[in-house]
Amino acid sequence: MSERQPGALVEVSRLEKHFPLRKGLLRRSRGIVRAVDGVSFQVGAGETLGLVGESGCGKTTTGRALLRLLEPTSGRVLVDGRDILRLGGRELRALRRDLQVVFQDPYASLNPRMTVGAIVEEGLTIHRIGSRAERREKVARVLDRVGLGASCAARYPHEFSGGQRQRIGIARAIVLRPRFIVCDEAVSALDVSIQAQIVNLLAELQEELGVAYLFIAHDLALVEHLSDRVAVMYLGEIVESAPTRELFDRPLHPYTKALLDAIPVPDPERRRTRIVLAGDVPSAIDPPAGCRFHPRCAVAVRGLCDTRAPRTIAVGAHEVNCHVVEDELSRAGTTFAVREGDESRARDQR
Amino acid sequence: MTAAGANAIVSTVSSDDEPLLSVRGLSTSFFTAAGAVRAVDEVSFDIPRAKTVALVGESGCGKSVTALSILRLITPPGRIVAGEVRFAGQDLLAIRDRELRAVRGNRIAMVFQEPSTSLNPVLTVGYQIAESLRVHRGVSRKEARARAIELLRRVRVPSPEERVDAYPHQLSGGMRQRVMIAIALSCDPELLIADEPTTALDVTVQAQILELLRELQASSGMSILLITHDFGVVAEVADEVVVMYASRVVERAAVRELFARPLHPYTRALFESLPRVGSARERRLRAIPGVVPSPLDHPTGCRFHPRCTRVVDACRAFEPRLREWRPDHRAACDRIESA
Repeated sequence: MSERQPGALVEVSRLEKHFPLRKGLLRRSRGIVRAVDGVSFQVGAGETLGLVGESGCGKTTTGRALLRLLEPTSGRVLVDGRDILRLGGRELRALRRDLQVVFQDPYASLNPRMTVGAIVEEGLTIHRIGSRAERREKVARVLDRVGLGASCAARYPHEFSGGQRQRIGIARAIVLRPRFIVCDEAVSALDVSIQAQIVNLLAELQEELGVAYLFIAHDLALVEHLSDRVAVMYLGEIVESAPTRELFDRPLHPYTKALLDAIPVPDPERRRTRIVLAGDVPSAIDPPAGCRFHPRCAVAVRGLCDTRAPRTIAVGAHEVNCHVVEDELSRAGTTFAVREGDESRARDQR
Repeated sequence: MTAAGANAIVSTVSSDDEPLLSVRGLSTSFFTAAGAVRAVDEVSFDIPRAKTVALVGESGCGKSVTALSILRLITPPGRIVAGEVRFAGQDLLAIRDRELRAVRGNRIAMVFQEPSTSLNPVLTVGYQIAESLRVHRGVSRKEARARAIELLRRVRVPSPEERVDAYPHQLSGGMRQRVMIAIALSCDPELLIADEPTTALDVTVQAQILELLRELQASSGMSILLITHDFGVVAEVADEVVVMYASRVVERAAVRELFARPLHPYTRALFESLPRVGSARERRLRAIPGVVPSPLDHPTGCRFHPRCTRVVDACRAFEPRLREWRPDHRAACDRIESA
């Protein structure tokens, strides 16, 4: 995660987003929500990184913090080697052309008072691209490309179904020809028959435009389908990441295993007894000490997993944070690299 | 527990092979300013004893309205316009309100999708579990509280003696859904209607709830009507499946039969459009073209014809009836080559 690959378009290192929790009349700080707590990953040009995890794990906050839609607490986000967290004003605006987002809720993310044409054109206007006529022409082409037809430009979002609205959201994202799009649960709210249409559209656009995606989702089957690599988040941290095939065939982290096992498989012949994970995702206000997953982990080792945070180790492109896995790999004589040592992660345990 | 159990057995007068519930020709319309919307259109299916029937379809297909109609929970401008719902020998659509109240929440219980909106935020969960016991069974406060603790334990809520006094906002989504199930189970229902009970939950919590429903069914012998849009969930828990599209039933079969041999072009297309974990990564999913039709404006003939790849002229003119193509496997399509 921390070793820079050549050609990485977006490089996130040790990204943190903490929210102060204020309570009472004087709004005194009563703790910190560690929504994103030291997340590192890279996305290459034209590549898709899937980011999965359960609700509250920080995947959405990660997507927003790296675009600076939420100001990160600390960390570094390099786009083409330039740290967007240090850029301001004009430079940041210029870079934002390359970075777009498609949101989950196609009902809440489009301004109901603007026509579809105006919604899609807005980005072009802000970045002062082309003449009025050229912009209109561009909008018409993009609306056509996402399967809506140029005639939709004069209509309003409420006239469209959920799937069509998501096409509008995609048109808005691609009109500036970005190089990177954060898709935050972009198809989760859609019906299955419509979901497949949008997934296909995203895949086609990637081929045509060479755009890279950070595909944030809780649906693992979708993530597997779309992603080149997958990172699994738990309570503000990435616990495992690997090329897609590798992650689904050989998950290492106990949480990833449980998560994959929990997916209901649409095949009644494969009904089986599963690893049912006990408990719920704990709160990010007061995350468990040591490995954050240890209270729900079936293989946690007392005196180790509940006291020391595991370091990131890598076997090839497969990275994992787990004491037990590290131990098993050592005993099997597998060579692995240590990406992040304990000392760099000596976070205050309060 | 024993009193309720005995009660359930006494009321079971009909023979064993007869389904617990059978829905025949059920139609429900909403009379809106934009016109009458037929949300459920001549729907028929059976729920056998101790089995799980899944009612599947995409949003707006009428699956939730079907469930609400079974319990006569349709409010104006909606109205059940035709049909019969036979439950243990009586037609629920014909009996008096007072008789219906003895069934609703008692012999037939319901769990909804959003546990956060279906629980009362200002009452403790213990009070809410006890409420139906006090209404239907007339037990004392003290006894009801003891029963509430026992029920929380049965749905695997940790430290039930403490949680009984908790308010809904103090519990996680998964815990709230367990409380909803505890309320539903309080009177030992013969039928549990669960409308998207795991849709709002994370996969690991969903797995816990599905496992719980399976265990409860095995121990109590209740039947479950599970409403869902997720074919993964269907494959995990259902015995029989009813597929709905645009207010109508398009296919009905046992779960293995349906997944092995889907007959209706809609069901087949849905299966093909699903991304599956473990399948080779194909670049494209087989999407179903077009959009789910609005119930205000159903297509003529077969309602799926505008999106169907096998459409012929007859499909646009005539609405196909549900026909038995294989033993206990029915589909509403006239273009199925004899299966």
